[in-house]
Amino acid sequence: MELEVLKTIAAGFAIGVGAVGSAIGEGMIAAKAMEAIGRNPEASDKITTLMFVSMAITESTAIYALVVSLIILFS
Amino acid sequence: MKLDISLAPNILFNLGSLPVTNTLFWSFILSVALIVVTLYMRYSLKRIPGRWQSILEILVEEGLNFVESIIGSRKKAKKVFPLVFTMFIFIVFANLLTFIPGQSALSIHTQSGDVAPFRAIMSDYGMVFVLTMISIITAQVVAIITHGPFGYLSKFINLKSPLAFVLGLMDLIGEVAKILSLSFRLFGNIFAGEVLGSVMLFLAPFFIPLPFALLGLITAIIQAFVFSLLTLIFISMASEMEKKEEQSQRECMV
Repeated sequence: MELEVLKTIAAGFAIGVGAVGSAIGEGMIAAKAMEAIGRNPEASDKITTLMFVSMAITESTAIYALVVSLIILFS
Repeated sequence: MKLDISLAPNILFNLGSLPVTNTLFWSFILSVALIVVTLYMRYSLKRIPGRWQSILEILVEEGLNFVESIIGSRKKAKKVFPLVFTMFIFIVFANLLTFIPGQSALSIHTQSGDVAPFRAIMSDYGMVFVLTMISIITAQVVAIITHGPFGYLSKFINLKSPLAFVLGLMDLIGEVAKILSLSFRLFGNIFAGEVLGSVMLFLAPFFIPLPFALLGLITAIIQAFVFSLLTLIFISMASEMEKKEEQSQRECMV
């Protein structure tokens, strides 16, 4: 196969496999946050902020995969 | 029409031997604007606040309270607050600059072809790397001041037992990994937002890109908050004396 084709396949694989973990993680965070809000609706403001922050941190593995695949594609 | 995506920022013009890229240009303009506004507000402070002054006072007061709730004491919070808050303000405005409507339609003709005069400042890895180095070096300096130079070194090179030695080496790797994780998080999010936006515009020019722009808006603010929050957590971790359990808990979160 040509290098260009291999690069495209590799970039697709990198982001595709890399996104799985963080997707599961973010789903778990959202589920737990919803549960917590259901139990204690008064604390929803605080929980929402913390939820966004921890989601942004969890997302970072997917972002690493994205950066790697972008580097494969564009350099 | 073709997609035009590049990892490196485009060069607008050369200043002597220094190539001025669009991100560098805009970061200077943004810095100057922020400094001018800050100085103006500083010298027009009144005892009875007007509308803008009230907004700023609320922002600063809430920010300081938040920093205090993370770092634990008012004295430390006052020391670290200027750095963290400046980072937050700078990154927020740098990210929000991309949402000025109409700017992505412009292009300038230069020697190396047509380039866009605007680009998200944080989608330049150099810029993000410099900010990351500022926050990491500050945390290291704080750690050295808190533990003393020998206490600081003994955290990494520990000859009491083989296990402690390995753990010290792991700590050393962890410090280096912090640089990568902190910088890639911000850079990746902003760059991915840019790429996502342009791909969506390329596929479906009307209405479809709107929800993604909204997502980008949320990302812009949250990533600025996360970056400055992590800087704050690194510094507060470095400024703590021996409290092992709490420290390891926070490390888990990071």
